[in-house]
Amino acid sequence: MTLELFSQYLLAGVTYGIIYAIVGIGFNIIYNTTGIINFAQGEFVMLGGMTAISLTQWLPLPLAIGAAVVVVMLIGALVEILFIRWLDRPSVLRMIIITIGISILIREAALHIWGDGVRSLPYFAGNEITTIQVLGARVSPQVLWVIGVCAVMVLALSLFFKYTLQGKKMQACAANRMAATLCGISTKNMVTLSFMLSAGIGALAGCVMSPITYTQYDIGTGLAIKGFTVAILGGLGSSMAAVTAGLLLGLIEAFSVSVVPLAFQDAIAITLLLAILFFRPHGLFGSKDAAGLKEF
Amino acid sequence: MLRIKNLEAGYGKLRVLKRISLHVNPGEIVTLIGANGAGKTTLLSTITGLVRATAGEIVLKGQNIETLKAEKIVFRGCSLVPEGRQVFATMSVRENLVLGSYVQHRQGKEQLREGIEYIYDLFPVLRERKAQLAGTLSGGEQQMLAMGRALMAKPALIMLDEPSTGLAPLVVKNIFRIIERLREEGNTVLLIEQNAKAALKVADRGYVLETGKIILEGQADELLANRDVQRAYLGRDVKEN
Repeated sequence: MTLELFSQYLLAGVTYGIIYAIVGIGFNIIYNTTGIINFAQGEFVMLGGMTAISLTQWLPLPLAIGAAVVVVMLIGALVEILFIRWLDRPSVLRMIIITIGISILIREAALHIWGDGVRSLPYFAGNEITTIQVLGARVSPQVLWVIGVCAVMVLALSLFFKYTLQGKKMQACAANRMAATLCGISTKNMVTLSFMLSAGIGALAGCVMSPITYTQYDIGTGLAIKGFTVAILGGLGSSMAAVTAGLLLGLIEAFSVSVVPLAFQDAIAITLLLAILFFRPHGLFGSKDAAGLKEF
Repeated sequence: MLRIKNLEAGYGKLRVLKRISLHVNPGEIVTLIGANGAGKTTLLSTITGLVRATAGEIVLKGQNIETLKAEKIVFRGCSLVPEGRQVFATMSVRENLVLGSYVQHRQGKEQLREGIEYIYDLFPVLRERKAQLAGTLSGGEQQMLAMGRALMAKPALIMLDEPSTGLAPLVVKNIFRIIERLREEGNTVLLIEQNAKAALKVADRGYVLETGKIILEGQADELLANRDVQRAYLGRDVKEN
């Protein structure tokens, strides 16, 4: 493999990997406060892209993206308030089935609103054929946008959880819900906030990736499977592990193209998911003891 | 401070508390003793709102709180140190304390710092461990952290659910010394214990709970001398004359 080819694969792997990582972190944020996997996570990404594409008709690109993120955050909050909040001590299985239902609902609604056409946002800088040279590889500047924005999001999230009172409250809910209630923290509000937060990061990721990966009403499912793989691979609940796992999955997929046909790319992610569920259900970085305590 | 009248509560169809009435005056240590399954923890959970009362009233500082949500009751000035400590295991000792002060979050940074200093003075071992994750502390240290966290809310009434469970005798002694110190500083304490002897020694008054009913109440020293209490809870076989 030549060096150019190597860096080409590397950059592609990092680009997809960091998107998977963001979806995986979205899973983790909600998992941490509620103990459930929100299978509508991929739909938030799709909604982000689609909403921004529609809004570009009236707004300049940065504003459209900002507005799309806000809209999707509100949708996230609405989903939680309508479908999750009023449940009194629901079982994990019930909540998971609800999220699957929500994802189908959002997907079908998107099909009605936007149709089944493939859309995309314009490139943030340059156009389809603009390339820049990085490590010997020729890539679109959009790739750098994706990597940069996602990296900033990961950083901002970890600062949010570490230094702000809201972040600490969410962490407290994740660590011990009863104790959080006894400290005067409304765990229900924290759950709403966690849905807003993961909807927001999903939407932003959906916007920056739209020019290179395109947006269609049903991209959410595939992303949810990849994000779920990443979240499980890293060990559910840990966001930093999700980043590592996301990059790992992205790189494996990218480099696999040199060995097996492109059509098998998704099969690789799913094989990996199955292998982890069979052999290391607590993830690569998660601890076995902690996994034993989890409901799901 | 706290007045409970004809309180009933339970889980589903199971009625655990049956017409409980009790009161706690300001500045008092009141203890509630009883065997396993008597309903002690359920009573505290009902006061804090984690379990809904099905009948009766709970009045804290002159206001009814039995219909409020658990997270709102903390703001009214009554904090619980739950059974089994329940610290935020994945967060540092200091973060646990900061979260404890959440009901006071409108206070300034200076007061927060003073509050934490006060807790460190009360439990010097927490100062040494402040950056450590709470889950890595020993049982006794976690108990102190749980108490410190509850005190950070500056509650008018602090309720302790079996603080001595599973701790070494020396640590238990230390915990009870701290409870005494809390009273000296003017705090009001409702203490639930299986270790009836130690609890009655620090308390002013006591109640005996059995199968969801209060069967006995009185001054702590009277209860200590009471034959039934001695036989049932103090493990002393009282010789018949």
